[in-house]
Amino acid sequence: MANICQRCHARPATVHLTDIVNKKKRELHLCEECAREQQLIPEGPGTSLNLQALVSLIMGQPTPEVDPGALICPTCGLQYAVFRAEGRFGCPDDYDAFRSVLEPLLERIHRGTQHTGKFPRHEARRQKLLAETEALRGELAAAVAAERYEEAARLRDRIRQKEGADES
Amino acid sequence: MNLDSLLPNLGEWLKGTGPESDVVISTRIRLARNLAHYPFAGRANLAQKTEIETRGRECLTQAQLPAPLPYVSVAALPTLDRQFLVERQLISRELANVLEGPRGVAFDERESVSVMVNEEDHLRLQVMRSGLALDEAWAEIDKLDDALEARLRFAFHEQFGYLTACPTNVGTGMRGSVMVHLPALGITKQIEKVFRALQKINLVVRGLYGEGSRASGDLYQISNQVTLGKSESRVLTEIREVIAMILQYERSARQVLIRERRQAEHDRVARALGTLGSATMITSEETMELLSAVRLGIHLQLVDNIPANLVNQLFIQTQSAHLQKLMGTVLDGEERNAARARYLRAKLRELDANSR
Ligand SMILES: [Zn+2]
Repeated sequence: MANICQRCHARPATVHLTDIVNKKKRELHLCEECAREQQLIPEGPGTSLNLQALVSLIMGQPTPEVDPGALICPTCGLQYAVFRAEGRFGCPDDYDAFRSVLEPLLERIHRGTQHTGKFPRHEARRQKLLAETEALRGELAAAVAAERYEEAARLRDRIRQKEGADES
Repeated sequence: MNLDSLLPNLGEWLKGTGPESDVVISTRIRLARNLAHYPFAGRANLAQKTEIETRGRECLTQAQLPAPLPYVSVAALPTLDRQFLVERQLISRELANVLEGPRGVAFDERESVSVMVNEEDHLRLQVMRSGLALDEAWAEIDKLDDALEARLRFAFHEQFGYLTACPTNVGTGMRGSVMVHLPALGITKQIEKVFRALQKINLVVRGLYGEGSRASGDLYQISNQVTLGKSESRVLTEIREVIAMILQYERSARQVLIRERRQAEHDRVARALGTLGSATMITSEETMELLSAVRLGIHLQLVDNIPANLVNQLFIQTQSAHLQKLMGTVLDGEERNAARARYLRAKLRELDANSR
């Protein structure tokens, strides 16, 4: 077991994670500071793991940071401030990138924030996949909590497969 | 495509027929759609816009459509032709004069269906109908949308619906508009009151050529503002209810005019026809005002020798670009006013000769 943090390569590693990718075991060893930065350990004293953050880390997704001031669309690079000045979005992904601040704006414009009209047909299929993926995520979290890592890896592969099917 | 072939036609919205055509000129429904995985047109680079145009164009020629929609590249058109398409309501002023790069429009022979490519949104679908026909227009544009969707992946969000470049269009992306002719409400000075009532229920009133354009010839477009949180059918129902109310107001104002000042109205129509038939210089604005009086005169049965759609014909043919196409030459302001007067004199003389 490595004893230097793999992230900062300075402090001793005290948090040890095992991840199984494509049936190969991958180990992750972090110091407490880096684990906190990754939000694996909740604020304040105590050593219980943040399962949500752990699942996110295993799935390769960063935990969303809510900082309305400095929102930038990762796809097109549009800054929220530029959007407010020009009134036009840069790309469809802006709606998710700016979601937290967009909802009050849309509420003012439309007095509503949830679409209730027509759905494209491909969307109906996607919604079904999405619901199935959501259920698998629940199972994954439970498997991780119970330290059933083999099962967790299997579940994660199935989730990735479903997400891949959506990219068509 | 040679646009001159459209010149003698009136186009769907000016046919002057359809339900409630004494007040309602036309119905229009527009849908904003964007391709997934591309930046919106305003942020797309030349290569991306070219790709979007190519994909849109291919889809429009290959999709299963009730009538073919041949594509016209607006970027390749001379200024006069672009203005001509604006006057026929086939493209926006933005697509004609403001936007740059690859862009265009596909429309059918009847000019009832059109699809703008690389406007503010990648695709702007539009269906027009004479008179009040919101249900028919919706049924047609819904089918067109399905046919395009079978070949293109649109940007869609489970919470926000169809994603658009401007947050004011997101959700359904639908704008339903009804163009109404309200001269009697204008004469009896009730129009402001009606429009104040409309604003309270979130409908917008605009002049003939859309956003920012002045209402001339007593023509107004009434459209929905909300696109998120209400379904298409609910929005269309709200418009329909408001139009029913406006119809009632305008018709009762017309009754008042006939009852209380028939002679004065008759005089106003006769003078309008007199000016249209004898002026040697006339602006587009004055023409619209006078034609508005004539149209009202026809519906009040104060004149009987003028077919209702002649007003529409004169109305469209005296617009700047139409006039210049008719004359086959580019004209400056003064020349245009003289040519417009010449055209109107000739048309009204023709009418006089036929009615004798
Ligand atoms: Zn973006």
